[in-house]
Amino acid sequence: MRVPSRDLLPRVLKGEIAAIARLLSRAEAADPECRDTLGEVYSRAGKAHVIGITGVPGSGKSTMVSVLAAHLRKAGHKIGIIAIDPSSPYSGGSIMGDRIRMSDLAGDEGVFIRSMATRGALGGMARATLDAVDILDVAGFDYILIETVGVGQDEVEIASASHTTLVVSAPGLGDEIQAIKAGILEIADIHVVSKSDRPDARSTISDLKQMLALGVSLESNAAWRPPVIATSSLKREGFDELVSALEKHKTFLAGSEAGRARSRKIAQFRMLKTAEDLLRIRFTERSAGRVAAIADRLASREIDPYAAGEKLIEGMGA
Amino acid sequence: MAENIRVLMAKVGLDGHDRGVRVVARCLRDAGLDVVYTGLHRTPEEVVDAAVQEDVDVLGVSLLSGAHMTAFPRIMKRLKERGVSDIILLGGGVIPDEDVVALKKMGVAEILLQDTPPNVIVDTVRRLVRERGAR
Ligand code: B12
Ligand SMILES: Nc1nc2c(ncn2[C@@H]2O[C@H](COP(=O)(O)OP(=O)(O)O)[C@@H](O)[C@H]2O)c(=O)[nH]1
Ligand SMILES: [Mg+2]
Repeated sequence: MRVPSRDLLPRVLKGEIAAIARLLSRAEAADPECRDTLGEVYSRAGKAHVIGITGVPGSGKSTMVSVLAAHLRKAGHKIGIIAIDPSSPYSGGSIMGDRIRMSDLAGDEGVFIRSMATRGALGGMARATLDAVDILDVAGFDYILIETVGVGQDEVEIASASHTTLVVSAPGLGDEIQAIKAGILEIADIHVVSKSDRPDARSTISDLKQMLALGVSLESNAAWRPPVIATSSLKREGFDELVSALEKHKTFLAGSEAGRARSRKIAQFRMLKTAEDLLRIRFTERSAGRVAAIADRLASREIDPYAAGEKLIEGMGA
Repeated sequence: MAENIRVLMAKVGLDGHDRGVRVVARCLRDAGLDVVYTGLHRTPEEVVDAAVQEDVDVLGVSLLSGAHMTAFPRIMKRLKERGVSDIILLGGGVIPDEDVVALKKMGVAEILLQDTPPNVIVDTVRRLVRERGAR
């Protein structure tokens, strides 16, 4: 008894939980049957404010998402949460535990939490993350929080997927600011130092501010200066400040050139990612039967690697 | 990769025995399944609500505390209230044989007790999902 995706859509628009959940699964499975429906979803989306949250594992992202969502709820907003965890490179399976830290949100109909596994996608997000954002958007969620995997380097992609990017640094995870090490400091619209209840948080804050002061002198005419906000999810401190910084950034983007630039950046990222996916699928389909034969010629050094590569993509129109 | 079976593993009530639930989560992950774990001390209603949002194929509940005869009926009641009929309910842990019979009669699809080897757990999940069919 399979409900067609197009029949799920009206129920999604009404905010029906089970229908939202099912359409998310179809998007995640890249089911060709749901493609037109997702197109329709995209054309209706664009109302929600998307907040990306990145930072190394253990920095307190999940706990923060939970407290932040509760704060935004108090102002009457509906919150969608997408929590991303890594898939095992060996089995392709995953254990997703972010919900453990979000138990305080249970029972609130205005909060929808979905766990997604990366399934080999790089960049700290799952392939279908942005489809999921659109689905939650049209289902009526005002803020959508994306918690990335948080492994570093390539996590800059979250800045091309969200309107406001939070980079979380935590005390006690090594003496260096983790975001500096990973080279993702630059993507922050707001810096958050989590676990401010810990005595060593002070030095994390001052290290971070020092680092930023160095950067600011280079870019002193930037219209938005990322603030540094200290929060403790444990003591629920700093969240009024965090929410007000979020609101400020949202206002900064609204109707401004910076906002339009951000939207273009998100659209461009989306297009490039989708094109990449399509190419990969086509490549896999069309090269399947020829890989072994060309590899043989390469192994015997009859042709060189570039010629072999060219041969493999021959006639693929790319 | 193409399989995409989603399982939510849950502990409910005061039961703090979490070795079994972790063992089961790991063996499902190692077989390529996606597992959501909700942690200790949740209510039956909470785990059902989470299972609906996560759109899992299987809701697996681990109970070693002896509270199974109250927990499972509450879970089934909530599933019915939520109008979800295609989430497969699976149990495990320490449960006396006569209760296993009674729970299965109530609608728990399968119950796997102590010392169940990993391959049996994985095979059971796959079989139940296959028998339910696409959705
Ligand atoms: C280790 C243990 C503890 C540890 C737990 C550590 C931890 N973090 O898990 C500690 C010492 C903390 C502990 C405490 C207590 N325990 Co204790 N504990 C055990 C013991 C010896 C082994 C449990 C275990 O870890 N087994 C290993 C795991 C891998 O096996 P498993 O959980 O059974 O899981 C397997 C299967 O059952 C199945 N499975 C399990 N869940 C699921 C779910 C699904 C969906 C599926 C498909 C399969 C599946 O797959 C697994 C692999 O095969 C059992 C005795 C026993 N024979 O089970 C008692 C036992 C469970 N404990 C018991 C009791 C009474 C207690 C205490 C109340 C004791 C006390 N008075 O303080 C406390 C309660 C703590 C609490 N808050 O809940 C009783 C429960 C009695 C009952 N049910 O009526 C038992 C049965 C001992 C007994 N015979 O009396 N305990
Ligand atoms: N002291 C303190 N610990 C915290 C705080 N927030 C989270 N933690 C702890 O940090 C660890 C990782 O938290 P989690 O939210 O799972 O981090 P994530 O991996 O980034 O999602 C857990 O043990 C939390 O209890 C906080 O505000 N203060
Ligand atoms: Mg997390």
